[in-house]
Amino acid sequence: MFENIGLAFQGVWSHKLRSFLTMLGIIIGIAAIITIVSTIKGTNEQIKKNLIGSGTNTVQINLNRDGNPVDLQWEALPAGVRMITEEDLAAIRKLEGVQDVTAYHARGYVDGVYYGNTAYSGALYGIDSHYFSANNYRINSGRGLTADDFTNFRKVAVLEPAAVSALFNGEDPIGKTIEVMGEPYTVVGTAAQIVVNEPVINNLNDYYMYSSESAGTIFIPDVCWDISFRYDEPQTVVVRAKSTDEMASAGKAAADALTEAVITGNTYAYKASDLLEQASNLQSLSQTTNNQLIWIAGISLLVGGIGVMNIMLVSVTERTREIGLKIAIGARGGRILWQFLTEAAVLTLMGGLLGVAAGIGLAYMLSNVMGTPVAISIPACVIAVAFSTLIGVIFGLVPAVKASHLNPIEALRHE
Amino acid sequence: MILNMTDICKDYPMGKTVTKVLKNVSLSVNEGDYIAIMGPSGSGKTTLMNIIGCLDVPTTGSYEFGGRDIKKCSKRQLADLRNKKIGFVFQSFNLLPKLTAIDNVALPLLYGGVRRSERRRRAKEALERVGLADRMDHRPDQLSGGQCQRVAIARAIVGNPDLILADEPTGALDSVSGAQVMELFHTLHEQGATILMITHDRNVAENAETILHIRDGVLTGGDQDE
Repeated sequence: MFENIGLAFQGVWSHKLRSFLTMLGIIIGIAAIITIVSTIKGTNEQIKKNLIGSGTNTVQINLNRDGNPVDLQWEALPAGVRMITEEDLAAIRKLEGVQDVTAYHARGYVDGVYYGNTAYSGALYGIDSHYFSANNYRINSGRGLTADDFTNFRKVAVLEPAAVSALFNGEDPIGKTIEVMGEPYTVVGTAAQIVVNEPVINNLNDYYMYSSESAGTIFIPDVCWDISFRYDEPQTVVVRAKSTDEMASAGKAAADALTEAVITGNTYAYKASDLLEQASNLQSLSQTTNNQLIWIAGISLLVGGIGVMNIMLVSVTERTREIGLKIAIGARGGRILWQFLTEAAVLTLMGGLLGVAAGIGLAYMLSNVMGTPVAISIPACVIAVAFSTLIGVIFGLVPAVKASHLNPIEALRHE
Repeated sequence: MILNMTDICKDYPMGKTVTKVLKNVSLSVNEGDYIAIMGPSGSGKTTLMNIIGCLDVPTTGSYEFGGRDIKKCSKRQLADLRNKKIGFVFQSFNLLPKLTAIDNVALPLLYGGVRRSERRRRAKEALERVGLADRMDHRPDQLSGGQCQRVAIARAIVGNPDLILADEPTGALDSVSGAQVMELFHTLHEQGATILMITHDRNVAENAETILHIRDGVLTGGDQDE
């Protein structure tokens, strides 16, 4: 067996150019498939990364009504839903996979924030003491919100950099007073989210899909929210999971616990936004076209296989005398069959390996030139090599059977 | 007795007519025989050789090799029989050009399922017997015609066959190399080998103990003159 493989390698090696040309069909087919698969996988991973976003492993939990998210920004909590308390959150923090959790009031867009004559149009959040840690914020200057701020109902604000530049025009904001919905607030610090993965934007669709608001956010303690807004506005909850893999399970567990604790009745429920599901929906869109591409690349493999069969038939004819001699001195038919099958398989195995290498190279080249993302799939490479070897066996069968059935007398007389 | 054939006929269909290549050939070979079968081309001697070598089957007649009825053997059994009981020597050597001398000699042992180290040892021994121990790792294109034929003879004797079957062994050689090959056959015969040789050359045939003649498919024994 091993001797057969060794001899087959020798045979392939002794006709370098011919072997290479024979392999070319296989190489091209496999390379095309590996390139396509790598690009698909790269794109899918990028979609996932973009959606999961900052890489902080945070999951948003929103109030849903009959399974659909409800926007209650300007309304009070509906009947049957009570406010989320610090105790509820403390219970969630104990759940498996949950690293931190925060609940906050949010206005995506407010008018009525001023510094002097400058107006601000952006988001205003009323946050609890866990917001910054749960969302992976870093205090850039000044300080964050302290326990004292909450217990003493201090009217203080922390600004995101975008909000700072919108209001202060280069002035140092720390210690300045801004007007929020008619109330004076003292700016005590600036903070920004530590972004691990910046979403990769390749086109306009991606931009709408992944880019977040750019006007910035102003944070005030949630205890002060009631001064300017209704006291019982609904809250958004963000759960930070311990790892990306635990995001889905931690989010679901937290949402279920929350629903259990604060909601009576079946109309409303808290639901975690399932980013992974969104990702797979987006991925399946591109999957259909890519599958067609793989089929087309498969045709190249078929053509390559026929090329292998052709050259093996030539090889059998060329080596008729050798086969005749081997049969004469007692090689059984099966032995001759195996010899040619191994040779065809070795040929396409090498073609497969070269094809995988070429495909990986091509995928990276494509990625450099066109900016498409790349991720190499090891199982795909292994399957590709195994499949090309199988092609060798299938298309080597006809020539091998022909060789093993040669009449030794005629074969020995063959010139 | 090594082989015994009685009333062997071989017919080849040629279009609508049938050519009778062998007509009622009977032949028996005993251990230690050294037989030459002489005949001009077209006499049927190659067909006879193929049948003796179990490469072809007779149309009628009975053929026993080593006590076994060849007509009842499967292809696989015939392959094993050729592998273990018969050593072939061809006019054109038929060495594999990419293998070294020792690998060529060891080839029948490979098909006989002998272990690698054992194969090398026995192949080396066979090459020593034909006087080519110093050419073991040469490929056929690095050897002279006479040396090639001696390698082929080493391949024929490596499995200690019951019968060495030689088809025009000197046909492709010059007279000096041819004489060396005949000398080698003589030595092998003295060591106990059974040799059956087919030739059209009277000088070659005279090396054998017994000369048989074949003409138009009929085998005639004895030392009768042509």
